[in-house]
Amino acid sequence: MTTSFTADEIRAGLEKIKADGESAPRAGRDPINQPMINNWVEAIGDANPIYVDEAAAKAAGHPGIVAPPAMAQVWTMLGLGGIRADDDPMTRTNELFDAAGFTSVVATNCEQVYHRYLELGEQVTVRTSIGDIVGPKKTGLGDGWFTTYLTDWYVGDELVTEMKFRMLKFVPGTGKSAAPKQSGDISAEDLAKRVRPTVSKDTEFFWDGVKLGELRIQQRPDGSLQHPPVPALWKDHTEQSDYVVASGKGTVFSFVVHHAPRVPGRQLPYVIALVELAEGVRMLGELTGIDPADVEVGLPVEVGFLKLDDDNTVPYWKAVR
Amino acid sequence: MTTLSTVEVGTTLPQLVIHADTTFIVSTALATRDFQDVHHDRDKAVARGSKDIFVNILTDTGLVQRFVTDWAGPTARVKSIALRLGVPLYAGDTLTLTGTVSAVDGADVTIDVVGKDSLGDHISAKAVIALEDSK
Repeated sequence: MTTSFTADEIRAGLEKIKADGESAPRAGRDPINQPMINNWVEAIGDANPIYVDEAAAKAAGHPGIVAPPAMAQVWTMLGLGGIRADDDPMTRTNELFDAAGFTSVVATNCEQVYHRYLELGEQVTVRTSIGDIVGPKKTGLGDGWFTTYLTDWYVGDELVTEMKFRMLKFVPGTGKSAAPKQSGDISAEDLAKRVRPTVSKDTEFFWDGVKLGELRIQQRPDGSLQHPPVPALWKDHTEQSDYVVASGKGTVFSFVVHHAPRVPGRQLPYVIALVELAEGVRMLGELTGIDPADVEVGLPVEVGFLKLDDDNTVPYWKAVR
Repeated sequence: MTTLSTVEVGTTLPQLVIHADTTFIVSTALATRDFQDVHHDRDKAVARGSKDIFVNILTDTGLVQRFVTDWAGPTARVKSIALRLGVPLYAGDTLTLTGTVSAVDGADVTIDVVGKDSLGDHISAKAVIALEDSK
């Protein structure tokens, strides 16, 4: 990252833009009109008749057909090839952030207040200014700044709609998940959020073993090994399934790197490996101790045991290198 | 039609399921006059690090409005919609909107809306509508 400005310099630049106040009023390209409303209700699938049927609009207490209030911003969108005005605070802040290395953008909040519904033929204008500025903050996406833009729509001098729009500008690649994760880094909070194993009568022997630091593999009557465990129908239901204790050593047979969605108690990305044990069966588990980018089929691994709480322990794989 | 007398805190709205195929993503982007490439050009969206094209925010606001007025009827007045944006809604995914009345203040009814897709919560919203009194 090559940040050319300090946080104080960025803040000073933003305060200057903020102090310059609202942008000049900009008119919507067209008055409120039926064709744009028709396109919108068709695409959104909104069957409310007040947007298309004058009688229905009047029956609902409007003077005539009204525009969907959620279309407020649509009337003043720039369109294909549109260029934001030089005095637009969003243009100016984006230029500042881009120059400082905060080049990625994501919208986080959008709050609209509708003072009244707009009617066909009305012409709106829009003005934008800067509200709250928060930063620099460490976020899951990266180091960044939150800026709230305040946008007001008017018909003549009448304020008809207000919007607060919050955006995060961040440095790509600096997110919390970007740091390589080692098993020793797991926080108590993460452990508390992890999904607990579901133990059934048929798998109880396996989980009992894990608590003791043993990796137990079910053994069928003919001596062959089976994993995951299946109901031991060949035994009386009061008896426990036979098993052998595995060496806990194996190699990666297949794997995936999980980037999304978020999983409670886990830092992204993480690796789930299907490991072929020395004894022959294959077993799934999280693979730790290696950069996800370096995992390959055939990588030697050994089992580890992670205690989630007094009642729950789960096995995982550690890269052997 | 939903009237004030039939609404109380805890009332749930019928869920709305949106199959957000490519046509939906593109047609809503164009109907909202949002020509950013990530909403209609898959190659450019992928080049920018996205899995696919994804739905725009103006559409999310529109979907929340549709969701509450589908339930409340044409006489309801939408007063505000506040969205918090979560995971993206990519083309091919399904969005399920659910809602619960969280406050009733005079004629104003606040509805908490959640829109989930396969990645998690795409929309967390609060909509305030004014309902007619039952007569």
